[in-house]
Amino acid sequence: MAESTIKIPVGPQHPFLKEPCKFEFEISGEEIRGAKIRMGYNHRGMEKACEDRNYYQCLYLLERICGICSHSHTTAYIQAVESLLGLELPKRGLYLRTLVCELERLHSHLLWLGVAAHEVGFDTLFMYTWRDRELVMNILEEISGNRVNYAINTVGGVRRDITAEQRKKILDLTKVVRERVAYYANIGTNEPSFMARIQGVGKMSTERAIEKCAVGPFARASNVDRDVRRDDPYAAYGDLEFKVITSDSCDILGRVVVRVLEMVESCKMIDQLLDKLPEGEIAVQKVPRRVPAGAAVSRYEAPRGEDVHYVRSNGTDKPERVKVRAPTLCNLEAAAESVVGSYVADIPIAIASIDPCFSCTDRTTVLLNDRRRGVRMATWEELRRHGVDWYRQNKGIRF
Amino acid sequence: METVKVMLYVLVFPGFLFQMIYSTYLEWVDRKLYARMQNRRGPLYTGWSGVLQPVADIVKLFAKEDVTPAASDKFMFNILPLVALASACTAGLYLPVWHLTGYNSFQGDLIVMVYLLAMPSFVLFLAGWFSVSPFSLIGATRVLTQLFAYEVPFFLALLTPAVVAGSWKIADIAKYPWASGNWWVIPLQVLAFIVAVLALQAKLERVPFDIPEAETEVVAGPLTEYSGKKLAVFRIQKDISMYAGSALIAALFLGGFGGGLYLGALQLVLKTLLVVALLSVIRGACARIRIDQIVSFSWRYLAPMSIVQFLIVLLLKGGGVI
Repeated sequence: MAESTIKIPVGPQHPFLKEPCKFEFEISGEEIRGAKIRMGYNHRGMEKACEDRNYYQCLYLLERICGICSHSHTTAYIQAVESLLGLELPKRGLYLRTLVCELERLHSHLLWLGVAAHEVGFDTLFMYTWRDRELVMNILEEISGNRVNYAINTVGGVRRDITAEQRKKILDLTKVVRERVAYYANIGTNEPSFMARIQGVGKMSTERAIEKCAVGPFARASNVDRDVRRDDPYAAYGDLEFKVITSDSCDILGRVVVRVLEMVESCKMIDQLLDKLPEGEIAVQKVPRRVPAGAAVSRYEAPRGEDVHYVRSNGTDKPERVKVRAPTLCNLEAAAESVVGSYVADIPIAIASIDPCFSCTDRTTVLLNDRRRGVRMATWEELRRHGVDWYRQNKGIRF
Repeated sequence: METVKVMLYVLVFPGFLFQMIYSTYLEWVDRKLYARMQNRRGPLYTGWSGVLQPVADIVKLFAKEDVTPAASDKFMFNILPLVALASACTAGLYLPVWHLTGYNSFQGDLIVMVYLLAMPSFVLFLAGWFSVSPFSLIGATRVLTQLFAYEVPFFLALLTPAVVAGSWKIADIAKYPWASGNWWVIPLQVLAFIVAVLALQAKLERVPFDIPEAETEVVAGPLTEYSGKKLAVFRIQKDISMYAGSALIAALFLGGFGGGLYLGALQLVLKTLLVVALLSVIRGACARIRIDQIVSFSWRYLAPMSIVQFLIVLLLKGGGVI
């Protein structure tokens, strides 16, 4: 017997979505039977824009891919550029870069915890975590001068050094954050009404998570033991001791636990970084403007998962191609699948459990030679001829 | 003279005017407490410590554009907010404060008040149903499902003090602990009190039972399509329902508001504030549960708790202690 299902659209504008993205859920009663994703409301043409800018300008453009993991995108990009240039970075620069990486992870996870709590109506936890996120933001402002787009990276190192006073402030911060995180871990795993909403919801088995190419805390909560920081160390991660947190509960509770414990690990890493911080230069002094021809891929463990940047250069001061693959792209399919079988009320928290960032992810897709719609690939010559003809006919302009 | 008194009762205290003003104050208390629990300041700028903020919000809503969706049933869509407000206000009139006459105090007025308090939920369902939007429809069905969950435990809990006093008249029930000298029945009924407070929280659709209007799931549930004046009327209704519901619980479980106009009014304020404070604390300490979870929670915990309380009272009554 065919079951009667109704389709409910969620998005592109919906209170639980912080950015536009459309989902179409097939529901029967309150239970979800299917989910479809429609993206592309947020395309900004950044990859194309990079081709018109030099390597330094691209840096500040790519920083604006995401408002939360801005440092992630610049670091991923700059690592690719630095490997093309064959630069040997000073240790202190790498350590400071890693320091900002981990501070960013702290503020991103605190933000996520608040959003997750808000999605299930637990506004008290939301307010608490966002209050503590302010502390981290203040430190980031202290170090870099900015709260959101830190602009601390530069080709060959970082732009600002930290003082002894700032070092002390950061150490105080990690102490406070550890205390608060222990408190949130307690609430997140003991408060009955919160537990009722996250335990056993949004299930994603280890096998399916690997098949769907899930990354980051989402994958680690499904017991996929992957972390670029350990598997392919970059910056100063090779010198640090830390655990890769995984959880075998495969549900949203696991994702909360993984992120909360990752914050503790981040605090440990920050302390180690400040302990071991070597003296010396923070950036390479002379960096050539022109990058030798070649291509490089760089992997980076952003707070949301593995971020991949590909840079191809043609020997000029502008990149020929920059390709960004944000972590949300990998997790979105898996998230849509994890919703099936749960209730309508679980949609927000299940989608939010990947910490989605749609504007990082959106790219255009162009269908070449699509016969159904009559779309055909045109060569440059054809386009030019078309333009000349059009202007001659419509505007009377002769070229 | 009697007519003037009745008019005063209906229109001024504890009738329409008092309800309007006092309920906005209760909303402010609720918002302020909730904010302090969340380490925020809450309303701050309108009036002393933002005490006029709820009024300002309502005034603002009245000035906003009022949209009636083309697909909705126009008559029902427009009339429903007033029905909800009227039933909430009328419910408030049955509270045993100050001046009792045959109009507002008779055998069975408890039943009348409980049904009047249940009316806004039905109205909310109809409002969602007639606004014809997917979110409103889902919200409307959730309102009804939730109603089945909390209404029976709520009735059972309110039955206990009625059985103790042997009366269906709220004034008699409120007077009983003092009139009979059995003041210890107040702590005895703590289980029923807890059930009643939780059920009232569900009736008012507040966290953790704000399922019908869960913002992140169904936008605003049944009220999604409402705006401007009509939304403002629903807001006033919600405040007055909170006032009437908490005052009913205070009357039945906390010893009522005897002692004439001044002492009665003072007791009314203090006791409703206590109940509202409890409601705010629950709101601050919980996450929103799911619709299936509220049904199982109500029938697994609230209903048995109220039945146990009922049995205790019946046994004591049978033993001749009460």
